[in-house]
Amino acid sequence: MIRLKNLTKIFGATTAVDNVSMEVGAGEVCVLLGPSGCGKTTTMKMVNRLIEPSGGRIFIDGKDVTEVDAVQLRRSIGYVIQQIGLFPNKTVEDNICVVPDMLGHDRKASRKRAAELLEMVNLEPAAYARRYPKELSGGQQQRIGVIRALAADPPVLLMDEPFGAIDPINREVIQDEFMKLQAALKKTVIFVSHDIDEAVKMASRIAIFKAGRLVQYDTPDNILAHPIDSFVADFVGADRTLKRLRLIAVRDAMAENPPRVTAQDAVETAIALMESHGHISVVMVGPQGRARGFVRLEALRGKKGVVGDHFEKLPSVIDIDDNLRNAVSRMFTNDQSWLACVDASGVYQGYITQRGITHLLGATYRDR
Amino acid sequence: MRGRALIWKATPLETLNFAIANWSQIVARGWEHISLVGVAVSVAVLTGVPIGILITQSRVAADRVLYVAAIIMTIPSIAFFGLLIPVLSPIGQGIGYLPAVIALVFYAQLPIIRNTYTAIMNIDPALREAARGMGMTAFQRLREVELPVALPVIVNGVRNAVVLNIAIATIATYIGAGGLGVFISRGISQTDPRQLITGAIAVSVLAILADLGLLLLQRRLTPVGLRQS
Repeated sequence: MIRLKNLTKIFGATTAVDNVSMEVGAGEVCVLLGPSGCGKTTTMKMVNRLIEPSGGRIFIDGKDVTEVDAVQLRRSIGYVIQQIGLFPNKTVEDNICVVPDMLGHDRKASRKRAAELLEMVNLEPAAYARRYPKELSGGQQQRIGVIRALAADPPVLLMDEPFGAIDPINREVIQDEFMKLQAALKKTVIFVSHDIDEAVKMASRIAIFKAGRLVQYDTPDNILAHPIDSFVADFVGADRTLKRLRLIAVRDAMAENPPRVTAQDAVETAIALMESHGHISVVMVGPQGRARGFVRLEALRGKKGVVGDHFEKLPSVIDIDDNLRNAVSRMFTNDQSWLACVDASGVYQGYITQRGITHLLGATYRDR
Repeated sequence: MRGRALIWKATPLETLNFAIANWSQIVARGWEHISLVGVAVSVAVLTGVPIGILITQSRVAADRVLYVAAIIMTIPSIAFFGLLIPVLSPIGQGIGYLPAVIALVFYAQLPIIRNTYTAIMNIDPALREAARGMGMTAFQRLREVELPVALPVIVNGVRNAVVLNIAIATIATYIGAGGLGVFISRGISQTDPRQLITGAIAVSVLAILADLGLLLLQRRLTPVGLRQS
């Protein structure tokens, strides 16, 4: 979708971007990551020609961007900046519709689209469309900044540290909202960031820059697991393996089709089941298959009756769509070595163990 | 102190009687005054605002233009009127309305150029960056964003120019351009404090009214989204 070929930018005596070649696939979020002054922003700004390249070429959908009029090009690419830059003299809805209005789109239709976009970022259109930017909080303003870039439905989106100036709590929320938008709209996004956690969270691929050069371009998991050199390793942090936890969904790490018992099962049945699986505990489910509790092999030995008389409560469970980072956190909080994994309606789907997670994280090293 | 004695001789009542007796004269001279200032400021807006916008493109040009405009402000008005006499005499306009308006246009330039320049330069760079990134042309940025945001400050410059011009136009009577200065100059030459005070008060009232009127205009022209709540 976007292809950079030997892209170079020289300012006076300094080479800001040095012979960068990379490709961003349609619908991908490519995060350009690096310390300040590494050339990531310059690279991004050459895509919509806010900065003209000194050498090399940029293709969007196979078309060289330098062959398109710069103003027309920019109108076809969404643009979001850290300082937001909402026009204070225009209402929220007119801000959102700036590009559609310039392109001569039907006003009614674009206002309607603006209302839909406002709803997608959880801002009630009736309450916000006619307000002015200064009446909104920073987080609300940046939500408008993002949907303003999407209003004319451009296939490509450029984002320059869009959430960098937002407080950490709001940042998480707005990142999640953006990921939801992105899942629905599937834009091709180039996203500049200096925050490795943000990059790991948002990116399909991460491009790490150092002194104008592209050092490593890979999936977040590969960057974290196999940093190409000590610079990348330092940049992603000593806790890089822990960061990988966030990238793995519980559903991909859990043991599926686990053994289970019901309250009516005899104690002997439960003991036999655990012994046959080599487990020291087993989850007890209700009639609909929801995880209700668990029994321990040790505690059942020599007991009579049914499982329902002896079960213990589960200290916590984890949703299968959650990530391993939260799963591990929950294990540590409750001093558990395993967690029952449930779906949205609480039905028992599988379990994860600390050993299993360790094994999974290590797999990438064993395969090599 | 003869002058001081004269002032004391003109009681408020005498001055009031003079003003009532010469009301139509005062109104006519007032209109002359307004016409001088109105035409001069209009021309100054039409030249000063574009100049103020243009010089935002070059730091060097801005420094020079603002420097020249500031120097013009320091020329005593009576001297400026005098300088224009030989310049405009060849077309038979050495004295009167035209040189007065021309001088006033020059005096009005500085506040208007300076406020326009400052207002545009003080616009949040993020607005320009966002506007450029979204594909606005330079002209669209100016019309859609920069001018609306800068307008209150520009109008404030116009206010300054108007008040300044109302004061300076008082001197224009010495080159035969009329205006409320006529009462003041006659008051001095005829040692008539009634005329002097009438003229001075009329000029002050005019300046205050113009200032208030433009303040209201300034508030009206401020985009809703920029108004202080």
